[in-house]
Amino acid sequence: MVDLSVNLNGLQLKNPVMTASGTFGYGYEYDDFIDVSSLGGIIVKGTTLAPREGNAYPRLAETPQGMINAVGLQNKGVDYFCKNIYPKLTKYTTNVLVNVSGSTIDDYVECASRINELDAIPAIELNISCPNVKHGGMAFGTNPVATEEIVSAIRKVYHKHLMVKLTPNVTSIVDIAKAAEAGGADSVSLINTLLGMAIDAERRRPVISTITGGMSGAAVKPIALRMVWQVSHAVKIPVVGLGGIMNATDAVEFLIAGASAVEVGTANFIDPTITVKIVDGIRDYLERHNMNSVSELIDSLQTE
Amino acid sequence: MLKRFTTDFTVVAAEMIDCEYVLLTLKHPEQLPEINAGQFVEVKLPDSATSFLRRPISIHDVNRDNQTLQLLIRVVGNGTKLLSLLTIGDKLNLVYPLGNGFSLDKAGNRPLLVGGGVGVAPMLYLGKRLVEMGAQPEFLFGARNKSGLLRLAEFEKIAKVNITTEDGSVGTKGFVTNHSAIESNIANYSSLLVCGPMPMMKAVAAKAKAAGVRCEVSLENKMACGIGVCLCCVTETKEGHKCVCSQGPVFEINELKW
Ligand SMILES: Cc1cc2nc3c(=O)[nH]c(=O)nc-3n(C[C@H](O)[C@H](O)[C@H](O)COP(=O)(O)OP(=O)(O)OC[C@H]3O[C@@H](n4cnc5c(N)ncnc54)[C@H](O)[C@@H]3O)c2cc1C
Ligand SMILES: Cc1cc2nc3c(=O)[nH]c(=O)nc-3n(C[C@H](O)[C@H](O)[C@H](O)COP(=O)(O)O)c2cc1C
Ligand code: FES
Repeated sequence: MVDLSVNLNGLQLKNPVMTASGTFGYGYEYDDFIDVSSLGGIIVKGTTLAPREGNAYPRLAETPQGMINAVGLQNKGVDYFCKNIYPKLTKYTTNVLVNVSGSTIDDYVECASRINELDAIPAIELNISCPNVKHGGMAFGTNPVATEEIVSAIRKVYHKHLMVKLTPNVTSIVDIAKAAEAGGADSVSLINTLLGMAIDAERRRPVISTITGGMSGAAVKPIALRMVWQVSHAVKIPVVGLGGIMNATDAVEFLIAGASAVEVGTANFIDPTITVKIVDGIRDYLERHNMNSVSELIDSLQTE
Repeated sequence: MLKRFTTDFTVVAAEMIDCEYVLLTLKHPEQLPEINAGQFVEVKLPDSATSFLRRPISIHDVNRDNQTLQLLIRVVGNGTKLLSLLTIGDKLNLVYPLGNGFSLDKAGNRPLLVGGGVGVAPMLYLGKRLVEMGAQPEFLFGARNKSGLLRLAEFEKIAKVNITTEDGSVGTKGFVTNHSAIESNIANYSSLLVCGPMPMMKAVAAKAKAAGVRCEVSLENKMACGIGVCLCCVTETKEGHKCVCSQGPVFEINELKW
């Protein structure tokens, strides 16, 4: 029997496969398709202090092997989450993480401290990387000083596992990752979506209402993989890798590059059962390569 | 909400209609689950370099005895082109049945089912279900010309079909709103159930509102997930953004900001 479990700096995962925020709803939308509790963890939709209506329609452009979204963190706010959604999540026997988003440090801090009070939420993923909100969001995650400042502010009020999600829309993601570590992050996850654009040539108009939006899906994998490899060799805290993971082989590549766990995002739209297939595929891979545990695979890239 | 599945169906018939439409008959390996009229499927496209996401397509017909579903698809781009190239024996993965469907219990006993173009697709199963329930539905279909009138023989087996064509080649010349069913007799119907291009649905909705007749429309926003998680497919309603995939695709017009 291979050991699929991963210890993410104190956060125990039964296997390295989690779901990416904004692509898995609150988990229960997938109950018809899979046993959600069999995953290493789920990360629910980005949650902000106040409710947000999100951006105008259209919010979606399909691109070769990918998509661009401009959802803009539509959610009903943290109070609604705590009162109406959280009670439906306590049935899951896996880690349920909340993706905390915002536009000012005060908003983030207030939102994180509300989540801190929820016993069944062992960790948050701090989203300082959303390209789809006008203020805040990605602005924090593109500057090392602002990153360290916001992470330390959250660290003061959030006492469980603090994962910080990084944006790829920067010159040096390593500098941002180090700043998150210095601010007190327990782990970092990367990448959020890449800023992209789609044009309808016939109509000479942007395809999505916000003109630019966040690109995800298979097409972004090589960039994500490179960033995970760079960051995992520059920080001591564990790295969670994501971006374009469509199957078990993709997930294995991220683990080899140095990720301790992965998140699966856009692939859930194409196959709602893909996450459990990826868990099975990682197990098969380990067996085929005579490895006893996922930890043997992590950071096993041979460059000689 | 009905339980949803992801299942490999087998293509048992693939019929091209006028080089522009394809009618796919898909067989389920076992008994079909419960399906509401107006629900849709998300079709996984055969591997393609450029078309990545699933495609939402209405359920055209359901045959429980044969364990088959039918999809009526208009070829408009690469994804639908790939679907038109399927042949007998091919597998097609569906996530289904999705969305809410039309409210059969509120349709009353004399509903008018209005379809424009390929928007007639959900009307066949809908008409059959209404007849089963004892209602006496009527159809009103609009098309550009004669060849845009799809599956007429099938519809005529169920109920009276009223027709308008833009070029006047069959039925009343003009749009569905020019037909006497809507222009002068709208108040005789218990409800209007509509699917078609946006301008047509808005025009019909305006007539229904003016006449005080209950009206439901089926929207076709662009979708990624089809199951209410990505929030890409929203439409503006009086209660804020709602997902067309999971809270629609069918909306009662007073819910919308029309
Ligand atoms: C709930 C629902 C049910 C549907 N049912 C049917 C059906 O029964 N039969 C059918 O033929 N089509 C149906 N559609 C529309 C169908 O999903 C699109 O035509 C299809 O996704 C286009 O894919 P493509 O790759 O061929 O075109 P693309 O290459 O993606 O686009 C080609 C052209 O089609 C337009 N287009 C793309 N998606 C849509 C859309 N959702 N609505 C209108 N125009 C679009 C694009 O703007 C573009 O101009 C339905 C859509 C929804 C949301
Ligand atoms: C529709 C959609 C909504 C998203 N919403 C969020 C969000 O609320 N918070 C967040 O941190 N990331 C969000 N993301 C980014 C994903 O979590 C992920 O970082 C990105 O899509 C790359 O992974 P993928 O290629 O596997 O999808 C969203 C992505 C998509 C496609
Ligand atoms: S298509 Fe994803 S929420 Fe509707």
